[in-house]
Amino acid sequence: MSATTGPVAINTFREAVRDRVLYNLVFFALVMIGAAVLVGQISIGIERLVIVNLGLSAISLFGLVMAIFIGVGLVSKEIEKRTLHSLLAKPIRRWEFLVGKYAGLLLTLTINTGFMTLGLAAALLYVGRPLVRPDVSIVIAIYFILLALALVTALALFFSCFSSPMLSTLFTLAIYITGIFANDIRAFGDLASSPLVKAFARVVYYLVPNFHNFNVIAAAAHGEGIPFSLVAQNTLYAACYVTLLLLASSAIFSTRDLK
Amino acid sequence: MSTPAIEIIGLTKDYAVGFWRKRMRRSLDSLTLQVEEGEIFGFLGPNGAGKTTTLKLLMGLIFPTAGTARIRGCSIDDVRMHQDIGYLPEQPYFYDYLTARELLDYYARFSNYGALERRERVGRFLDLVGLASAGDVQLRKYSKGMLQRAGIAQAILHDPKVIFLDEPMSGLDPVGRREVRDIIVDLKKQGRTVFFSTHILSDAEMLCDRVAVLSGGKLQGVGAPADIVSIEVHAMEILFEERGKHPLPNELKEKATTIGGRYRVEVAEAELYPALAQLESCNARILSISPVRPTLEDYFLRLVGREETIAPQVEVNSR
Amino acid sequence: MSRPKQKVTWIAATWVPLLFACVAALQVGIDARTRTAIQEQEELLLSSPSAVQKISLGYDSLLADVYWTRAVQYYGSRAGTDHPNFDLLWPLLDITTTLDPKLVIAYRFGAVFLSEPGRAGAGRTDLAIKLVKRGIAANPDQWRLGADLGFLYYWRLKDYQDSAAAYLEASKEPDAPLWLKIMAARVAQKGGSLETSRMIWSQLYESTQNQTVRKKAAEILRGLKAQEDETRLDELAGEYQKRFGRFPASMLELRDAGLVRGIPLDPDGYPYIFGPNGKSRLNPQSSVVILPEIKAPPSPAK
Repeated sequence: MSATTGPVAINTFREAVRDRVLYNLVFFALVMIGAAVLVGQISIGIERLVIVNLGLSAISLFGLVMAIFIGVGLVSKEIEKRTLHSLLAKPIRRWEFLVGKYAGLLLTLTINTGFMTLGLAAALLYVGRPLVRPDVSIVIAIYFILLALALVTALALFFSCFSSPMLSTLFTLAIYITGIFANDIRAFGDLASSPLVKAFARVVYYLVPNFHNFNVIAAAAHGEGIPFSLVAQNTLYAACYVTLLLLASSAIFSTRDLK
Repeated sequence: MSTPAIEIIGLTKDYAVGFWRKRMRRSLDSLTLQVEEGEIFGFLGPNGAGKTTTLKLLMGLIFPTAGTARIRGCSIDDVRMHQDIGYLPEQPYFYDYLTARELLDYYARFSNYGALERRERVGRFLDLVGLASAGDVQLRKYSKGMLQRAGIAQAILHDPKVIFLDEPMSGLDPVGRREVRDIIVDLKKQGRTVFFSTHILSDAEMLCDRVAVLSGGKLQGVGAPADIVSIEVHAMEILFEERGKHPLPNELKEKATTIGGRYRVEVAEAELYPALAQLESCNARILSISPVRPTLEDYFLRLVGREETIAPQVEVNSR
Repeated sequence: MSRPKQKVTWIAATWVPLLFACVAALQVGIDARTRTAIQEQEELLLSSPSAVQKISLGYDSLLADVYWTRAVQYYGSRAGTDHPNFDLLWPLLDITTTLDPKLVIAYRFGAVFLSEPGRAGAGRTDLAIKLVKRGIAANPDQWRLGADLGFLYYWRLKDYQDSAAAYLEASKEPDAPLWLKIMAARVAQKGGSLETSRMIWSQLYESTQNQTVRKKAAEILRGLKAQEDETRLDELAGEYQKRFGRFPASMLELRDAGLVRGIPLDPDGYPYIFGPNGKSRLNPQSSVVILPEIKAPPSPAK
């Protein structure tokens, strides 16, 4: 299988690079430099806190934008541009193609995040804070961000299999935002009096991916420890949900007529 | 009897049309045909006849409503079927951020070649289609003709046994078309099967062992080009020009078409010698005498004309 | 070889900067009309913490830092001006701590400056206590917040019972220093005494990183010292009066009577002087200030 998905993944990564997607790193660098230089003047005593907050939030936000905007075009762009026609004549199954595209974008996101992590470390060192043991929570926070991005990418890919880029963007964003407020939805349902509303809220709560689980930015900023059980749980959750989405995407895409 | 290279049985494709997707339009109606190994097979038909639909069905880009097909004995449902085939889509688009070399290398990875052999192949086929000098230019800078050549290269790079070409000559200048014709002939020499669709009938006549004619989604006829078109000679064509002081006989002149100083006239076979005598008497210079045979084009036009008077589209009620 | 310039390029080259200048000028005019006279009225678009939390879309702690910065600047730009308005300080700190309940410095800042009366604070001790209690609930291991609560009860409300209780609670934390227990005992027994007050302000001075708070604490400590000195000097003046039948006119007389060794200096280095009625007071040149809150006689706990 990797004989076919591998080349597709590498090619997807190459496309991102040639589309100058990685230039967002320049923008990120500017933000971090600005923050590192200014933070001492604005918020004395909490330099680490601010830099970590800003850095992690930026990594999350930039990654999100990339995951959605490239993700929704993963399949639809190839259909639109008819590049898929000659590729599918090769001995590659449709689901192998999907997994390859997904892996390629995930690779792009991981490398992008890796560079950003270096930038964050550099900014921390600049404000005079040496990297200490509690900083492992920053690494874990970044790992969680990557897990969330993997989920968002899978969502975008799923929609890309059957709807236009614009609609896919809307759907993916809508589910992402719902996922952030998942806990609030559940709380709202618990408070409601109607059992129908209660049940509906519960169902939505369990169906929608809970992105709140992956947000440990505050804990990392305060240097708190993050329990290993959470790391294991989140990894498993993301893996299950991503697999689910890839399966659904494969099912839809494998029976679809290409124009 | 060896396995046919391509075997199509009752292949049918309906599309749902209309705002509510209720009506069905049958774009391919129960196509059945066989292509033997080593043949150059032409797939002819006017636009909208269903040629591209057929090819897309065979490639697995769209799925049949009914019917099956096998290529070298392997069903089109089976992904392994794709290992030994090559495909050039109509108006191909490729990843425009890649160079031709990178594109061929990418596609070559789906066959099991080592890195060295892959590189050698890519170079060889770039050469073959005349893209050696432009091999490292991004495809987005390619002209249509260059894209076509790149498309042909990726279709045959892995030495497939059966090659499917959808309008392979499109976008090429006469030199390019000649080169593609040569490639196709060469492929046959190597024992491969070539299945190509076109609406350039002269190419089909020149290259194909057999042709199939498709119109309105239905197969109208299959056979060698010569079989489809009758060999009977109906008329003779004379090309001549005026020479000397004697004017041409009026009746001939009226029947003739003229370009520049040259005249062309068609006469019934029985009238040939009398016409020649007339021209001899005016001392006209005879440029050529050749039989007028109905071409594939005539057959084609008759076919399409007849189809259009019967029914513009075949509509099938939804089930 | 450059391409020949179109006519529209020339038109654009001249008009685009001109139009930009117009836009800027118009903006100046708009600003002048909407600006209010003395102080810019600042408004918080969203003063509900839960609303802000919804908007933040998961980037709570970053937004908390933003609001914290805003709170600090809001305070800094108003403190010391005539008739300052600190109405927004509580909502800003409320939002900050709702977005990031672990931002301890925000609670500590609020403890001092929400309760501070006069021109240096909002004068709302109730809100300060509310904020600090919330901070303690969210950060039970932060004994400094418990000490801040003790401070508030002691200094602002003169409520020595609750103050002692707060110090005691804080002393139970694993990292808590010893002086908390001592303070709890002192406050309970000798609440209101200058010495106790000095201990509390000293601890605040030591434990804060906020420069404004430090300055304030230093100022109060000096005032407390001056107050202590004045009380002692008044006692000595009474002694003098008993001996010589009148109050001393200056420190020199006190020294000559052998009641003090040398001229007593205030924390700023200026000698104290005696008023006409024999009450000692600070030299007018001194920058030490005895704030009214120090002067108010300590009343027993309610």
